[in-house]
Amino acid sequence: MTTLDAKIPSGPMAQKWSNHRFNLKLVNPANKRKYDIIVVGTGLAGAGAAASLGELGYNVLSLCFQDSARRAHSIAAQGGINAAKNYQNDGDSVHRLFYDTVKGGDYRAREANVHRLAEISVNIIDQCVSQGVPFAREYGGLLSNRSFGGAQVSRTFYARGQTGQQLLLGAYQALMRQVKAGSVKLKTRCEMLDVVIIDGHAKGIITRDLVTGTIERYSADAVCLATGGYANAFFLSTNAMGCNVSATHRAYKRGAFFANPCYTQIHPTCIPVSGEHQSKLTLMSESLRNDGRVWVPKKKGDTRAASLIPDAEREYFLEERYPAFGNLVPRDVASRAAKTVCDDGRGVGPGGYGVYLDFRDVIKRDGREKVAAKYGNLFDIYHEITAESAYEVPMRIYPAPHYTMGGLWVDYNLMSTIPGLFVLGEANFSDHGANRLGASALMQGLADGFFVIPYTIGGYLAEQKPRQYDTQHAAFDDAEREVTAKLDRLLAVKGDKPVDEFHKRLGRLMWDHCGMARNEAGLKGLLQEIPKLRDQFWQQVNVKGSKGSLNQNLERAGRVADFLEFGELMALDALERRESCGGHFREEFQAEDGEAKRDDENFCHVSAWQYQGDTTKPELHKEPLTFEEVKLTQRSYK
Amino acid sequence: MKFTLKLWRQKGRTEPGAFETRVVEGVSEDMSFLEMLDKMNNEIEAAKDGVEPFAFDSDCREGICGTCSMVIGGRPHGPGELSTTCQIYMREFKDGETITVEPFRAAAFPVLRDSVVDRSAFDRIIGAGGYVSTNTGGAPDANALPISKADAELAMDAAQCIGCGACVAVCKNASAMLFTSAKVSHLVSLPQGKVERTPRVLAMVKQMDQEGFGNCTNEGECEAVCPKGISISHIARMNREYVRAKLFGA
Repeated sequence: MTTLDAKIPSGPMAQKWSNHRFNLKLVNPANKRKYDIIVVGTGLAGAGAAASLGELGYNVLSLCFQDSARRAHSIAAQGGINAAKNYQNDGDSVHRLFYDTVKGGDYRAREANVHRLAEISVNIIDQCVSQGVPFAREYGGLLSNRSFGGAQVSRTFYARGQTGQQLLLGAYQALMRQVKAGSVKLKTRCEMLDVVIIDGHAKGIITRDLVTGTIERYSADAVCLATGGYANAFFLSTNAMGCNVSATHRAYKRGAFFANPCYTQIHPTCIPVSGEHQSKLTLMSESLRNDGRVWVPKKKGDTRAASLIPDAEREYFLEERYPAFGNLVPRDVASRAAKTVCDDGRGVGPGGYGVYLDFRDVIKRDGREKVAAKYGNLFDIYHEITAESAYEVPMRIYPAPHYTMGGLWVDYNLMSTIPGLFVLGEANFSDHGANRLGASALMQGLADGFFVIPYTIGGYLAEQKPRQYDTQHAAFDDAEREVTAKLDRLLAVKGDKPVDEFHKRLGRLMWDHCGMARNEAGLKGLLQEIPKLRDQFWQQVNVKGSKGSLNQNLERAGRVADFLEFGELMALDALERRESCGGHFREEFQAEDGEAKRDDENFCHVSAWQYQGDTTKPELHKEPLTFEEVKLTQRSYK
Repeated sequence: MKFTLKLWRQKGRTEPGAFETRVVEGVSEDMSFLEMLDKMNNEIEAAKDGVEPFAFDSDCREGICGTCSMVIGGRPHGPGELSTTCQIYMREFKDGETITVEPFRAAAFPVLRDSVVDRSAFDRIIGAGGYVSTNTGGAPDANALPISKADAELAMDAAQCIGCGACVAVCKNASAMLFTSAKVSHLVSLPQGKVERTPRVLAMVKQMDQEGFGNCTNEGECEAVCPKGISISHIARMNREYVRAKLFGA
């Protein structure tokens, strides 16, 4: 086992980032155009990075699998973006945002990264406003804030319920400006299928043009992956249909360590599953918990309509268990509490896996009109999907996979264990520890893309001779051959089962044994089941059409094949981490009151997995987490 | 429920297309329209014959990414009000109904396969000037410049556009004026965007014309099918911006 060097700068916490920026080598402005950089993915991190690097003068190639860079899944984020502006004069500061994020992550994040994130948060808001992002404002013309999931200060900036959309469009517009200027070349409907490593460094990628099916090679001096998370390993999640693990998984198979794959976030407020046919789950913004009250009937199997159940026979379980935070406890805590009452047989709705989120009292207090002004669009979405009016009957919600804190291991410079391969946004593991706070994903994506990578990539490139290799190098031949062989293999199975069937079966297994609660027996069973399912996939799947044309069947098959490998890594990591922390809840490790019980003595580290071949167990490396500023305590929201 | 689907099938951009009829049975009313198509495609995938699944674009399936793009029963995004294709549920159709499914049709949106079209013309319109020319770093404090709530709200009304292209698909002129004007209107409502108002509107309109989109003749169909309810008043506003730019320049 090697000890991973995170390259955390020395000096006091608050000065690390500014010292580091000074110490990083610079690339001469005239030389920047000699360096080629590939950025895969056009979400907040990817579009922000590609635009910013283009502005600096680098020669950038930006890629996405969607038909336009504007459609990356960052667009779906509803609630908002945190920043330590303290515009509300309510006691916020960089240090408080830093502290809340480390605590919210259950002390499993790297302090120095989190501090940098909190410092940069204020620049992000300035940048976005200058791009024309129409954040909500007060009558005096200043920016409006709200408090959000688990925070006791109002530091969340928002644009109605579409903050992610507006931030992404800002980054997308900046990107299109660079495309027009010629500094960024953009290729849409294009999927990365492998990273090319030459002399130990990432020097290019292999892609498939999703319209023509052509396999293409691109060389570069550095490669940035901003390809998002892997929540679709559960099949049902709030992620978009196309979200996948393929880019990061294939980088892992080329030698990049994968960190904390078991850290997944289950969001408490989603619309419950309605049947087998369901293709995805829809999130109801967490902001609803500001006014909605979560409850279930006290009696098991109570099938009366909600309105017929008197208050005395309802259990407002979050308010009762967590009087200080009530319905606003962090996501992991709220999700687990909902699972507990449903497992106890007190869930509501078809299938019994749902809890009520009731607006009766706020409507009584503030009137229907005020509630509609605040949450009208969310009530409309709910009505569209369930045909029920949340003004009349309580919403039914249940937790669903939403975000993944794990990702490729990166050092302080966001570089993976493969030199020249940088990883940004949700695709890396760095800032959220074992649980992400609401409105922090947008912050991290833009921080990485706008304000971290433009500095740190220079430090790497300054030591590289530009354009050392081209796509004729043998490493490109080998990678392309492997990619083509995999596509051929998928097409050659010619079984009789659709791709979705395997994805759904994998998702069910992952949800049951590696979801909101995990235990040793379940995880061991899962490690037996996944390889069996994978074998069945490779014997029974039917992928139609050819690889030389637009073939969505083949695209999905390739992604599911990767999830069928990656699911095993999630299970393995969950099994090895014999503690409960944040979104990772091991049933064997809980306090008497059912709360997560960390083991700081043995597990205060990042688990980074190194691929050792398809049939050999990956090797575990540990990066110890040391805390200089924040004192480790039991998280309490009571 | 059971439905007869008339699906537009086209192998590639230059290939001829035609309708194919398929029957889908065992549909639940809680299925979304796209889940019904998923079910149909799963059946096609399981069959050992040469028929390929029906190609369609979709991603977020919650009405915000703008990827899904089908004309259902003659209407872009189907029968719903203020909804995208992915937000249509089968309970909105009658059991036994015949439903036609076609791509968003326009000369500037060439068909790539079945219902999948190329909307990159929209990206080029944004690239022509749909941004504020501000590099990363160096922005002043976000509260340095107060913006009235009314202006911010107006900007947001326009900025909500998801770039799906339904406005183009429904318009008899295949005009992209609603899309283009939404961005012009969003940016000109804000002081940050006002600086470049003249070159922006000229370049974006020029690009729009070059892509082969038609002009607006005030039919208002675009507003009626827009999943975000973007008002055609933005088109009027863009026209005023355009005239202003032409007459008074910078």
